[in-house]
Amino acid sequence: MNDINIFLILAWVVFTIITLGGALGVVTTRNLFRGTIWLMVSLFGVAGYYVLLEAPFLAAVQVLVYIGAIAILFTFAVMLTRSLTQLTDRYNRPIANVVGAVLLFVLLMVGVILPIWFTNEPVDPAIINAQVQDTRDLGEALVSKDGFVIPFEVVSLLLTAAMIGAIVIAREVEEDEKGKRA
Amino acid sequence: MDCVALCQVVQSLGVADPSLARFIGLLIAVVLVSGVPLLTVVFLILAERKIAARIQDRIGPNRVGPYGLLQTVADLLKLLGKEDITPAAADRVLYNAAPLISFASVVLIWAVIPFMYAANEPGAVVGVDLDIGVLYFVAVASLGTLAIMTAGWASNNKYALLGAFRVVALLVSYEIPLVFALLIPVMFAGSMSMVDIIEAQSHMWFIFMAPLATFLFFISSQAETGRAPFDLIEAESELVAGFNIEYSGMKFGMFFAAEFLHVFTNGILLAILYMGGYLGFLYQVFPPIGFLWLGLKGTIFYFISLWLRNTLPRLRIDQVMGFNWFFLVPVSILNVILTALILKLMQLAGWAPTDMANSSLIGMLPITIVLLAKDVIMIVMIMGRVALEGREARAAEQRLNDDLLVTAAGD
Amino acid sequence: MIPLWLYLMVSAALFSIGTFGVLSRRNGVAVLMSVELMLNAVNINLIAFWRYLTPTEINGFAFTAFVVVIAAAEAAVGLAIIISVYRSRRSVIPEEADMLRG
Repeated sequence: MNDINIFLILAWVVFTIITLGGALGVVTTRNLFRGTIWLMVSLFGVAGYYVLLEAPFLAAVQVLVYIGAIAILFTFAVMLTRSLTQLTDRYNRPIANVVGAVLLFVLLMVGVILPIWFTNEPVDPAIINAQVQDTRDLGEALVSKDGFVIPFEVVSLLLTAAMIGAIVIAREVEEDEKGKRA
Repeated sequence: MDCVALCQVVQSLGVADPSLARFIGLLIAVVLVSGVPLLTVVFLILAERKIAARIQDRIGPNRVGPYGLLQTVADLLKLLGKEDITPAAADRVLYNAAPLISFASVVLIWAVIPFMYAANEPGAVVGVDLDIGVLYFVAVASLGTLAIMTAGWASNNKYALLGAFRVVALLVSYEIPLVFALLIPVMFAGSMSMVDIIEAQSHMWFIFMAPLATFLFFISSQAETGRAPFDLIEAESELVAGFNIEYSGMKFGMFFAAEFLHVFTNGILLAILYMGGYLGFLYQVFPPIGFLWLGLKGTIFYFISLWLRNTLPRLRIDQVMGFNWFFLVPVSILNVILTALILKLMQLAGWAPTDMANSSLIGMLPITIVLLAKDVIMIVMIMGRVALEGREARAAEQRLNDDLLVTAAGD
Repeated sequence: MIPLWLYLMVSAALFSIGTFGVLSRRNGVAVLMSVELMLNAVNINLIAFWRYLTPTEINGFAFTAFVVVIAAAEAAVGLAIIISVYRSRRSVIPEEADMLRG
C-alpha cells in the first residue's frame, strides 16, 4: 500500500483547505456569528482527517460533539453577549502576535517536522497494514482495569462538575423585593 | 452490495483504470442512494396532504392528474417560478447555505440505510456499511440544528431568531433520549452497523424486546423533526412562521422537503432498528421484496406520525422542555441501565444468546419475555405515577376553585 | 499513504493560528474558539502519531476521546463565565474582567 492514492491526496488537500481556511476565518472575522460558522467548518475538516487516519469513530464523535454541541453553545454565547459589545478593534497588538505565531510555526517546523522530512524514512509496511484498533477496543479499554477506567471515571466526574458549574455560573441571580440575593 | 462492490462491478465491466472505475462506481452509488429519498419526498408530500385531508374530513388535492397525483409536481413548478427574495440586511452567504445544509443533513442519513438483502459482503444493498452507522446517523442529523440556527440568524429577523433559539433548545434536548433509545438495539446487536443490527433481529424483532425504547425513539424523533405536538418550530400564532419566515420560493421548499423527508427517514430508521428492516417473508429468496417490507414498515411509523400531527394540539415551550427533562430523560436512562443489567445477567446465566444473529427463535424467547416483562412493569409504573400526579393536580385546582367560590360568596 | 509530516504540518499550522487567536483577539468568545482550534491541533497530532507509530495500541485513540470530553467541559464552563461577566460588566473583553484587582 505504498502507492499514493490520488483520492487520498485530493481528500487531504481538500481537508487542509477546509481546516486551515476555517481556522483563519475564526481568528480574522469581525462578525462573531460568522466566526462560529468558520469554527464549525474548521472542525469538520479535522473530522475529515480522522476519517483519513482510519478513526471513523472519532470523526463521528467530532461532528456530534463539536459541531452538534460545542459550536451551537458558541452561537448561543455570541448572541447572548451581542447587543452591547461594540468592539472597535478586533485585536490587541496584532503585528507582534502575528510575528509570534509565525515564529511558533517555524519553530515547530524546524524542530519537529524537518527532521522527519529530510530523512523521509518510509513507514514500516507492517504498521501501515496493521489492523488498527476499533471502537470495540476503545470501549473495552475505557472500562478495563489495565486500561483507562480511572481516567474515564475522573473525566465523567469532571464533565458532571462542569455541567453543574456552568449552570450555576450562568444562571441569572434572581433578586426579590428586598434586593436580597435569592 | 455496497459502494465498494459497485466499484468492482464497474471495473469488471471494462473500465481499465482502477481510479476511474472507483470514481464512476462511487458516483453511481451516490446518485442511487440520494435519488431514492429525493423521489420519495415527492410522493410523501402528496400522501401527507391526502391523509391530513381525510383526518380533517376533506378530500384533499384531486385536480392535477389522476387522484391529484401530479399535485406535488405542480407545486414544485410553482415554487420554482416564485420570486426568490433575499432580505436586504441578511447575511447573504449563510442565508443561501442554510436550506442546503438542512436538506443535506437528511439525505446524508440515507448513506447508511440498508435497502434489501444481498448474498455478498456486507450482506445488504447499502450505500456504505459503516461500523459506526448509528453514531453516523446521530452526527449527521445534528447538522440539521446548525442549519436552523444559521437560517434564523442569517435572516436578520427577530421572529426568525426567536424561532431558531427555541428550535435549537428543543433539538439539543431531545437528542439525549434519542441517543439513549438508540443504545438499546446497539447493545442487543453488539454492533453499531445498521446491517449487523438488522441481522441480529432475524429471529426476534427488537420492538418485542424493547417496546419502551421504540416508544422513546419515536417520541424524540418526532420532536427532532419538529412535528406536532412539538411543532414549536412553526408556531404560526406566536412566531409567525419561525426560523424560515424570510425564505421564499425553492429555498423555502427545501426546508419543507427536508422536514417531510426527515419524518419518513425516521420511520425507516425505526423500521431498521426495531422492526428488522428488510427482514420478512421471502426476503432472501427474492431480495426486492425486502425493499417492499422496509417501505411498508417505515410507512406504518410515518402514518402514525401524521396521525399524531393532525390530532394533537401544539404544546407550549415550557411543557415540551419539561416533558423532555422530567420524563423522557430519566425514563430513558433508567431503561438503558435496566436493559443492560438484565441482558448481561441473562447472558452470564446462559439464558440469552451472545450472538443474536446466529441464535434461534427458541433461544431468543427467554430474554424477550424477561425484557418485555420489564418494559410492561416500567410502563405500568410510569402510567400509574402520571395518573396519580394528574389526579392530585386536578384536586388542587378543584380546591382552589372552591376557595375562590367561597371568597366570592362571602363578598 | 500520506506521509506523517504532512499531518504534523497541518497540526502545527492550526496550533499557530489558534495561538494567534488566543493572544490577540479581544472578544472572550473568540479567545475560547481559538482554544478549541489549539485542542483540535493536538488531537490531529495524537491521532496521526497513533496511526503511524502504534496502531495496535489503544492509547492515542483513547487519549483523543478524553481531549474531546475535556474540550466540551472547558467550552461549557468558559462560556458560562463569559456570560456571567457580561451580565455584571457589560463587556466580553477578558482584560476588563478585573473585579478581583485590589
